[in-house]
Amino acid sequence: MKHTDEYRDGRLARAVAVRITREADPAAEYHFMEFCGGHTHAISRYGIADLLPGNVRMIHGPGCPVCVLPVGRIDAAIHLAERPEVTLCTYGDLMRVPGSHGTSLLKAKAAGADIRMVYSTLDALRIAEAEADRQVVFFAIGFETTAPPTALAVKLAAAKKLANFTIYCNHVLTPPAIRNILESPDVRELGRVRIDGFIGPAHVSTVIGSQPYAFFAEEFEKPVVIAGFEPLDVMQAILMLVRQVNDGRCQVENQYARAVKPQGNEKAKAEVAEIFELRKSFEWRGLGHVPYSGLRLKEAYAAFDAERRFPIAAIEAHDNPACECGAILRGIKKPTGCKLFGTACTPETPMGSCMVSAEGACAAHWSYGRFRDREAL
Amino acid sequence: MTIKAYKRRLDIKDGCVDLSHGSGGRAMSQLISGLFYEALDNKWLRRGNDQSAFEVSGGRLVMTTDGYVVSPLFFPGGNIGSLAVHGTINDVAMAGARPLFLSAGFILEEGFALADLKRIADSMGDASRAAGVPVITGDTKVVERGKADGVFITTTGVGVVPDGLDLSAEKARPEDSVILSGTIGDHGVAVMSKRQNLAFETHILSDSAPLHGLVAVMVESGGQALRVMRDPTRGGLAATLNELAQQSNVGFRIAEEAVPVKPEVAAACDLLGLDPLYVANEGKLVAIVAPEAAKKVLAAMRAHPLGRDAAIIGKVIADDHNFVQMATSFGGGRIVDWLSGEQLPRIC
Repeated sequence: MKHTDEYRDGRLARAVAVRITREADPAAEYHFMEFCGGHTHAISRYGIADLLPGNVRMIHGPGCPVCVLPVGRIDAAIHLAERPEVTLCTYGDLMRVPGSHGTSLLKAKAAGADIRMVYSTLDALRIAEAEADRQVVFFAIGFETTAPPTALAVKLAAAKKLANFTIYCNHVLTPPAIRNILESPDVRELGRVRIDGFIGPAHVSTVIGSQPYAFFAEEFEKPVVIAGFEPLDVMQAILMLVRQVNDGRCQVENQYARAVKPQGNEKAKAEVAEIFELRKSFEWRGLGHVPYSGLRLKEAYAAFDAERRFPIAAIEAHDNPACECGAILRGIKKPTGCKLFGTACTPETPMGSCMVSAEGACAAHWSYGRFRDREAL
Repeated sequence: MTIKAYKRRLDIKDGCVDLSHGSGGRAMSQLISGLFYEALDNKWLRRGNDQSAFEVSGGRLVMTTDGYVVSPLFFPGGNIGSLAVHGTINDVAMAGARPLFLSAGFILEEGFALADLKRIADSMGDASRAAGVPVITGDTKVVERGKADGVFITTTGVGVVPDGLDLSAEKARPEDSVILSGTIGDHGVAVMSKRQNLAFETHILSDSAPLHGLVAVMVESGGQALRVMRDPTRGGLAATLNELAQQSNVGFRIAEEAVPVKPEVAAACDLLGLDPLYVANEGKLVAIVAPEAAKKVLAAMRAHPLGRDAAIIGKVIADDHNFVQMATSFGGGRIVDWLSGEQLPRIC
């Protein structure tokens, strides 16, 4: 397949692997965090760990939109969907995310709530147009990549004066989350997480560009290499990070230059800026409340905000106390460091969100990599 | 025909299924004789009994049943009617058996266009005649609008197993070869491409096909060296290998590079975020074969039109964890796990 096979070429991968092994100082340790779930998935799906020397370790970051959604927001979405007038439209991977008390959208749907899986915001808009008697709520989640299509849907709904379309906005931003990790005591003071560099987001960066990461390279002195989601992209980015560490450089480098420009996608950014504003704070599963890390609709578009149209109580819900998703999302623990992993918590019976999405660290390790733990099993 | 057709003809062009078509009255009789009998015509149906009697020779019979709820009903390369014939023939054939007869049960939704029902019944008739496996008895029920989705079909098949053959899922042994009969993912992607909310341009056709001819040549060349056969339908190749690993208490080691996938299917899967290993097939089989016979069986398969792309994709290994391991073409290793959740609902 043209334009993807080139980036999955095993021969080239082995050549890059040889260089990584040759250039990585055997006396040093290299711990790199891939922020994005897309990278986590590629690393697991293609078995990249097998190609890296033992002293180059990847730490899975919190860049999985499903994984970082707090239980309370899932509960609120379920409550919304249970309203008789509401049709809740959602991306499929949210369906199985556990809320509190063993609930999920999938179970709410089975119990009679009108919940429909859609593939795009425009599908939800079409449903609203076709079914004027239903209050159609789009469960908007994701990072900077999915915010522009949500913005577009809201603008279209406004232009069409749709009175039965709203969004339940859970869009979050990447840079504040990276900052939160770097400023956390685990990284700064306690030394529980060692991060020598970041693989920067692929799709997110196509929107926001490479500029927003300059801050991390300068202020926190961490190298950042923006990389595509194909396995060879990841391998090349790892080699570039090893070289930066060896040279003592802390720069933002762009491995994904075929798609990411320094300034990003101006049009998409303008669409988002027109519709959304920053929330003072937003709760992330694993990271807690992170200032200015989430988006909400501006006052001018308040009519399309489900949180203003419907009474949605802020629900303080907590994860299962044994669930280590929080520590795993911050890179403190590996999936296998959680007592629930593979026992009570599997993709069929997820206790925590990291086991739900294919981009979650736990699901990725369970589905692709657990044969490596065979001795421990 | 011993049953006289109801005088007023069915309005197949513009008519719809209504509740009277399932009521046991004249309208039902008219639907059965005017539509189903015509499409599926054979000497057993023509006798018009509630059952059909047939001769049985000695030996072992196999029997299987399968429900079909595919959405949409018509997809590139087939429809629910041909699928309901092929799918059940294949389940019979996976025992190494020669399929003999089918039955068909229809659940029709009130309001369903008779023209569409006729297309479905006709393609069922065509598929069963082409396969040489007649539908010899059936049933029709009608439910109120909204209680079904157009048509649901259940088919049951019986077949006869050649002497000395006993294929079964617990018979895979370490070192056995794993043979796949052709490209994976075609059916699932073809169906997916016609989903209302997901229409994308593709020329991919479902691989829906009856596999008993291919199985016959495999039985002839491999005989008792054939341990297990299974058609990787829902859940795809991944589900089939995981099932067999558990049932035989073994593991598998397969090579991604050896698994044939059409470039268009790979591209569509990439676009939709699917893994072809989990996408349904309706005209493919996986065979576990004793290593010494693998090459011979493979050659016989490749000489058959439905096995042209057949390949040895890996082997059985001893593994108490029953992992299906795969060497990725990228150079790493991974598990091919069970599918969790619904990747593609209502694919067959």
